[in-house]
Amino acid sequence: MVEEVKNSGESMQEIIRQLQEKRARARAGGGPKRIEAQHKKGKLTARERIELFLDEGTFEEWDMFVEHRCHDFGMDEQSIPGDGVVTGYGTVNGRLVFVFSQDFTVFGGSLSEAHAEKICKIMDHAMKVGAPVIGLNDSGGARIQEGVASLAGYAEVFQRNVMASGVVPQVSLIMGPCAGGAVYSPAMTDFIFMVKDSSYMFVTGPDVVKTVTHETVTAEELGGAVTHTTKSGVADLAFENDVEALLQLRRFVDFLPSNNKQTPPVRPTLDPANRVEMSLDTLIPENPNKPYDMKELILKVVDEGDFFEIAPTYAANIITGFGRMEGRTVGFVANQPMVLAGCLDIDSSRKAARFVRFCDAFNIPLVTFVDVPGFLPGTTQEYGGIIKHGAKLLYAYAECTVPKVTVITRKAYGGAYDVMSSKHLRGDVNFAWPSAEIAVMGPKGAVEIIFRQDIGDAQKIADRTEEYRQKFANPFVAGHRGFIDDVIRPHATRRRICRSLAMLRDKQLENPWRKHGNIPL
Amino acid sequence: MFKKILIANRGEIACRVIKTCKKMGIATVAVYSDADKEALHVQMADEAVHIGAAPSAQSYLLADKILEACQQTGAEAVHPGYGFLSEKREFQEKLAAAGIAFIGPDAHAIFAMGDKIESKKLAKAAGVSTVPGYMGVIKDADEAVKIAKEIGYPVMIKASAGGGGKGMRLAWNDLQAHEGFISATNEAKSSFADDRVFIEKYIEQPRHIEIQVMGDSHGNVIYLGERECSIQRRHQKVIEEAPSPFLTEAVRKAMGEQAVALAKAVDYKSAGTVEFIVDAKRNFYFLEMNTRLQVEHPVTELITGLDLVELMIRVAYGETLPLTQQDVKLTGWAMEARVYAEDPYRNFMPSIGRLTRYIPPAEGPNVRVDTGVYEGGEISMYYDPMIAKLCSYGPVRELAISNMRQALDEYYIRGLSHNIPFLAALMAHPRFVKGELTTNFIAEEYPDGFHAEDLPVEDPRLLVAVAAFVKQKLVERACSISGQMPGHEVSPGTEWVVVFNGTNYPYKISTIEGGYALEMGGPTITITSDWSIGQPLFRGVVTDDNKHHIVVQVDRKGQGYQLFHNGSLANVVVYSPRGAELAALMPVKAAPDMSKYLLSPMPGLLVSVAVTEGQEVKSGEVLAVVEAMKMENILRAERDGVIAKVHAKAGDSLMVDQKIIEFAD
Repeated sequence: MVEEVKNSGESMQEIIRQLQEKRARARAGGGPKRIEAQHKKGKLTARERIELFLDEGTFEEWDMFVEHRCHDFGMDEQSIPGDGVVTGYGTVNGRLVFVFSQDFTVFGGSLSEAHAEKICKIMDHAMKVGAPVIGLNDSGGARIQEGVASLAGYAEVFQRNVMASGVVPQVSLIMGPCAGGAVYSPAMTDFIFMVKDSSYMFVTGPDVVKTVTHETVTAEELGGAVTHTTKSGVADLAFENDVEALLQLRRFVDFLPSNNKQTPPVRPTLDPANRVEMSLDTLIPENPNKPYDMKELILKVVDEGDFFEIAPTYAANIITGFGRMEGRTVGFVANQPMVLAGCLDIDSSRKAARFVRFCDAFNIPLVTFVDVPGFLPGTTQEYGGIIKHGAKLLYAYAECTVPKVTVITRKAYGGAYDVMSSKHLRGDVNFAWPSAEIAVMGPKGAVEIIFRQDIGDAQKIADRTEEYRQKFANPFVAGHRGFIDDVIRPHATRRRICRSLAMLRDKQLENPWRKHGNIPL
Repeated sequence: MFKKILIANRGEIACRVIKTCKKMGIATVAVYSDADKEALHVQMADEAVHIGAAPSAQSYLLADKILEACQQTGAEAVHPGYGFLSEKREFQEKLAAAGIAFIGPDAHAIFAMGDKIESKKLAKAAGVSTVPGYMGVIKDADEAVKIAKEIGYPVMIKASAGGGGKGMRLAWNDLQAHEGFISATNEAKSSFADDRVFIEKYIEQPRHIEIQVMGDSHGNVIYLGERECSIQRRHQKVIEEAPSPFLTEAVRKAMGEQAVALAKAVDYKSAGTVEFIVDAKRNFYFLEMNTRLQVEHPVTELITGLDLVELMIRVAYGETLPLTQQDVKLTGWAMEARVYAEDPYRNFMPSIGRLTRYIPPAEGPNVRVDTGVYEGGEISMYYDPMIAKLCSYGPVRELAISNMRQALDEYYIRGLSHNIPFLAALMAHPRFVKGELTTNFIAEEYPDGFHAEDLPVEDPRLLVAVAAFVKQKLVERACSISGQMPGHEVSPGTEWVVVFNGTNYPYKISTIEGGYALEMGGPTITITSDWSIGQPLFRGVVTDDNKHHIVVQVDRKGQGYQLFHNGSLANVVVYSPRGAELAALMPVKAAPDMSKYLLSPMPGLLVSVAVTEGQEVKSGEVLAVVEAMKMENILRAERDGVIAKVHAKAGDSLMVDQKIIEFAD
């Protein structure tokens, strides 16, 4: 119930005192008991989360006095100011962000019409001023008592998620339940992070699953942080607890520009651009079939060895993540020879494509390290639509206009060569290490096709294979045609990339006007 | 002098010999196997010759190949290093026949000292004190018992051709002597195809102390003091030092003179080592003579100021020893720690792979690093997994130890496991510091292996101060990011809480010249350093009541840092005071119980899985085979049970600790 502040005949002090009281009531959320229950579950409250996430004392809360407008099912008997979500803005290392944090202690964080309006308000403001929107989700779902009003609220949020997409960065941190239609708001944001053991996301819960498909599954197995960061790929990162998640989210925000018209923030570094890493000269094993850890290359090239990996446990055959070069944010995409030989498949194509498009939308230059033997063969892949999924990555690289620097470390075979930020897809600077092999396929496979008639003659095949290897298993054939700008020594990789990015800083490139392209979804 | 020397070895010892050759202006030839194409010794040498496949039997042990390499390159002499062909008489003879000098003793000395029984007889004849025992051939178990009784229990029954602890039995009474003889004989037969055994007195509280001797071809032999190598793990030396903290001047002299007498008896003309076992009453007994340069020779070099390799080369060329016994002066104290690629927390299992980061401590008057590897190099399965010999020096033992501790703190190795935590724990062990050593030291002090709890405990405030410094640098930098709200820029906080080993250390920080001052209750602590973000080594000075020079390895990990110091790896997180309050509310999650899983002990290829789901297995049964670096590792069941699930299939690439098989509860 809205209480009215009595103005008449009261001193200003008294009025201020009443305001403080009202604020205190709002800050108390669902009350000490519910807060205790929240803590018992290993979860922080909505306000504690904001406190930890934003710079100390910078949170400006809005709509603290908003209450729901539902009169049915006894809801008019209970009302808590704020209505289950805390909204406002503040700063992360001085940079503006808008944030909403659902309060599970108030009506289970359920989404009412008023709750949705609060979220929409900060999203609208974020769009106006060009600042990221951070959502801390912890909600039991729709406010059932409100019926369609609640559903309308969701849709209002969805619409804004879509409008904001590619305009301001949107990040969702799932810190409790997020089920049913509610999942679609995070699903449309740029990144989803989850907290292990205390958060889950699914369209239909274990009970419904049991009734419909007779599968017995726990909420954690169906939609926990581990499930979504290893099996489904819905979430990008899983954290141990709320505190770790929120502090890492701060670190993450530091990489992002505030909106699509700005370049990413710059942070000074003492790491020299011309740092030489002699050990990279021995990174590629002598045996072309032996894997090596591509992450070592990223860690030795990036500023201070500081790399923020996205989706490390999903489709690990491709590495995606953010780092800085000379203090400026760069998106890294790299094939990982340690997993599935670094091939492209459905999952890795989708993962990398989405990452590339994010970087392009927000003016983040891309550095691509290539060691790709091709696409993964098999019925699972073909029936799963690898053609269309692989095309997503191709499309993403081809459409993107940010600076693109590519280094081929070893294999760049077949169509996968084209896909991985090749010169032909408007790669700005394309380097190769001396160990690079740029060819239609591996020497053995190639010879078995070209010299099919000799297939019974092992010696002939071996000789031809060696001949093919001599001819194509090097970067110079591509170099002759200008597909490779230079063959560089591995130890100089950081310097060469830094210089290339510096040269490309004012790159101007625009795609033709259109309503939007038609990426093979 | 020789114009060109070939080094018939690899790794650190090849590099070490090349260094002396360079100093003497002698050209060098390295030899290498397939696995060593990119090795440091190949890079350092003037020339390099490929001699075969990776296994040493197909390369470094092939005398003919090395001879060929000499002829091909015109090398006039060969330094064999240690191991491989260094004590193979045939190699020496082949070189001699080809007119190539062998930098080491003559074949007859190698031969005479190569056999345990023969060498003991020779030693006895030369007036060297030997362990009471019976050197003759023992015909049966009854005779063995009779002899054992004469010597007096306890006795040790040893294979004549033995080594590495094989064919050895300890007996405290007649029954054990009887059984021991039979089992030692059988083991000797199967291991060495030579069933001769001998019996000798078993020395209690034994110390391993050895005398370095040096001879020339003009009949001069001198001794260069001793080395104590009592710190051994399964007969492998771990720490060596010179001098020994146990010997008196008189005993040293007596041992030295006997060692010289033995060397003279075999016309010894190079560097050699006479090993003694010394009991608690400083009685010493001859063990064996090693007719080569010893791994641990650097400690002798550090306290004598001599270059043993140079002396070896000179006497091999026919020069007279440039010094006499009177010229030998022992100054100060030297320690050597063998840095191995092995995991001390997993029963010292060898750890092979790529050294992704390798920064050895800087060499100087107090630190010497003999290494054969470099950053980006590989420790392969084919050879000894030694990374380096780390030596320290000081005027007295205490300082040699503290210099070693600092050097261990500075030794930055990533990419594989190493034994630095174990070495650091040894250096801090009170009994080691007191010098109360025996060859059973490790077995007695670490009876169940080595654990993190065995690491030295130190004042946590030192690491807290380092964490505070690192945090403040990061916070200051974070506050300098571009794009802040104009007029509302943030400034670094001054109150923080370090969470370290489950304890909160709140502090207030302020900037001082070159660092920070910390108020943490009690007197102000200051910390100064020129560390900057991204550097792996933090060097600084922490001042409380005393000044502490501290070196800590700093790796950022997630929200916090991993600080490696004094052998310990500490996970440290720094929170704001409010952050620490909230962090305290976070549940402590128990580590998942992995005992019901068979995990891959190393990265490798799953060759086969021998069991299927639902199958019952007995302890010891083969479960799976993992291939790593072309070596097959058979994984066996550690308990009886039923296989609940097989998580990986043949042909899968496995990460370390990846689940292979799950047992039913």
